[in-house]
Amino acid sequence: MAVAALEQEILSLRKRRQLYSMIGVLLMVAVLVSGYSESNSMNSGSFINGLSKFFDYPGEIVKEAWEAGWALFGLILHFLPFMLETLNIAGVATLIGGALAVVLAMASTRNVDSYGPLIPVVRRMMDIMRAFPELILALFLIFVLGSSPVPAMIAVAFHTAGALGKLFSEVNENIDRKPIEGLSACGASWIQRIRYAVLPQVAPNYLSYFLLRFEINVRASAILGFVGAGGIGAELRRTIGWGKGSGDETAAIFVLLFLTIMLIDQTSSYLRGKLVGAGRAH
Amino acid sequence: MTAATLQPGFDSQAILEQIRKRTAFTVAAPLLILAYFTYTWFAFDIPDLLERARPDRAVILATDAVAHKVHVTKDLRRGGVSVAIEGERTATYAKGASPDWVQIRGDDAVVDLDEGYLIEITGNVIQFTVPDYGVIKVTATKTGVETELPPGDIPEWVKDDPRKFDARPTLDRRVQVTKTKIEVHNYFGGWENFWFTFNSPLHGKSFGELTSLAMSDERIDPDQSNLSLIVDEFLSNSDWQHGAVFVALFETIMMAVLGTLTAALVGLPLAFLAARNFTPSFLVRFGVRRLFDFVRGIDMLIWSLIFIRAFGLGPLTGALAIAFTDTGSLGKLFSEALENIDNKQVEGVRATGATQLQRYRFGVIPQILPVFVSQVLYYLESNTRSATVIGALGAGGIGLMLVETMKTSRDWENTSYIIILTIIVVILMDQASSWLRKKLIEG
Repeated sequence: MAVAALEQEILSLRKRRQLYSMIGVLLMVAVLVSGYSESNSMNSGSFINGLSKFFDYPGEIVKEAWEAGWALFGLILHFLPFMLETLNIAGVATLIGGALAVVLAMASTRNVDSYGPLIPVVRRMMDIMRAFPELILALFLIFVLGSSPVPAMIAVAFHTAGALGKLFSEVNENIDRKPIEGLSACGASWIQRIRYAVLPQVAPNYLSYFLLRFEINVRASAILGFVGAGGIGAELRRTIGWGKGSGDETAAIFVLLFLTIMLIDQTSSYLRGKLVGAGRAH
Repeated sequence: MTAATLQPGFDSQAILEQIRKRTAFTVAAPLLILAYFTYTWFAFDIPDLLERARPDRAVILATDAVAHKVHVTKDLRRGGVSVAIEGERTATYAKGASPDWVQIRGDDAVVDLDEGYLIEITGNVIQFTVPDYGVIKVTATKTGVETELPPGDIPEWVKDDPRKFDARPTLDRRVQVTKTKIEVHNYFGGWENFWFTFNSPLHGKSFGELTSLAMSDERIDPDQSNLSLIVDEFLSNSDWQHGAVFVALFETIMMAVLGTLTAALVGLPLAFLAARNFTPSFLVRFGVRRLFDFVRGIDMLIWSLIFIRAFGLGPLTGALAIAFTDTGSLGKLFSEALENIDNKQVEGVRATGATQLQRYRFGVIPQILPVFVSQVLYYLESNTRSATVIGALGAGGIGLMLVETMKTSRDWENTSYIIILTIIVVILMDQASSWLRKKLIEG
């Protein structure tokens, strides 16, 4: 009798589960279908018309790049300094944001003896820093400071501090507390405990997240350049604004951007694999 | 007997070497970073930047964002004094209905700016009484302005130019005189005309009045009910463009949701083709992996530029740009998750005689579902932010609107309104997705 009731229970649970997943799938399909048809009607050009034109622009660029021939390599070299500027924006932003993130993480994890009342405050602060759209901060700073790489750098660093801070504090939560206890037994101060008990444990994971963030920040800096922060994005805006005839320059920037991102991507995933072991390299 | 045989596994030389290396590293790394910062300090030209910085703009933006001003303008060519919110023709007070701090007598006026600041306009002469300073007398002539200041140094807040007189003794009071007009700005806190435009029949009504209006059946506009009139008047508010802002926000969210969902649904099947334990063919695996790298490496910036050319402005463009980039990122993550699954469950399902599709459905999918859901939600979160940026590149949505209002920089309260709404939406999406993630994965 009890077994039959149990089976009944399981059956009803399974039915409910199936119903839920059914609703989930239907909801997703509905969102996709209605979303695409709605956005298609909101778009200024329609999907069907665009589809035939889709390869026109890339084709045009490739054609002009082909006609430029070997000169394309010269153009790539010409744009290299701008790419370097974008990389610098990302580099400085990641360094400053990362340093800030370490401070924030150390102040927001119970596991490393952060000051209790501070923990929820710092956590909310990191949430806000993380959610704050980079674009808004960058545009505001461009308005105040003028067009320059610095606004983008500050905007990216601000976001980085929040995003990395959260990841770092998650790492802090999973460390072994024994070294901390050992050090406090010999009377070490909080700073000393962080330096000699916490940092050696978390350093590989921190570095790995740091590299991942650098990768993301390079992309973000390139995009922010397009809205007026200098670097390769600003150059891209210029060449695209010229329209027909500057396809070779646009192509050179595309190639440069693609190669740089790929290179950083591969290097950082290799380094991260070495740092934290292949299994956790993500 | 050597030291090595006495203490096996303990090589003091090697340890010393290691310590030396570490010391060198802890000194070198900060030095390198410092050198890098010095280099970028000059590469970014920060000294020049600090010189060109306009902190006053930030102050203006901050005041303008939380306040509005009312202009009292005397046109010296045509005569007549008018009072208008933000100096806009559509928001001009009717004759005789001007606010009580302005007294208009024909072509002359007395403006009481509170706290002892008083302005008297008679003909083309203006007398500005400033407490603790004295009376400034400015006369507009045919060619410019003549200013008589009280004796002593000229204070910082007065810009005395033969063509234009400009005084702003406090942040919220300003007087400008040129040969053609006299203009007095009086600042007030709050956003003006936020709910309804100045000439709307509903302007200045309180919330209670509006509720009772919505309930009553005496129609203001015979063509539609009061409630729909209220909603209509609010959304079509020409100063604040609530309707357009909401549509733009909706577009941005749509970009993020559609893009992420599409990327996830396309990325999952492709991930099977890229995973070692599901696709034995090296060629297929290699091809799909390079495809992932390719679409990811092209980056959202380039994809959106290409899609804007093909499909024009709109949410579809942004959604496709996000979908293309993230198909690569999500596909890569999913294929890694697939390679790490436990094969025992698949074998168990196979032992019951399941077909290949059933093995995937019951043996594989349940194992990668947590990774799938959590990664998709993470990407949804970050894509809401990305969608605002892509919008600014020209794909539309709230990003484009923000860039445009900033460029015109007419009214900063509009910009701050859009900024606040965007931040609220992004934070809400963030919270919603982390709540959902917790619910779905931690049970």
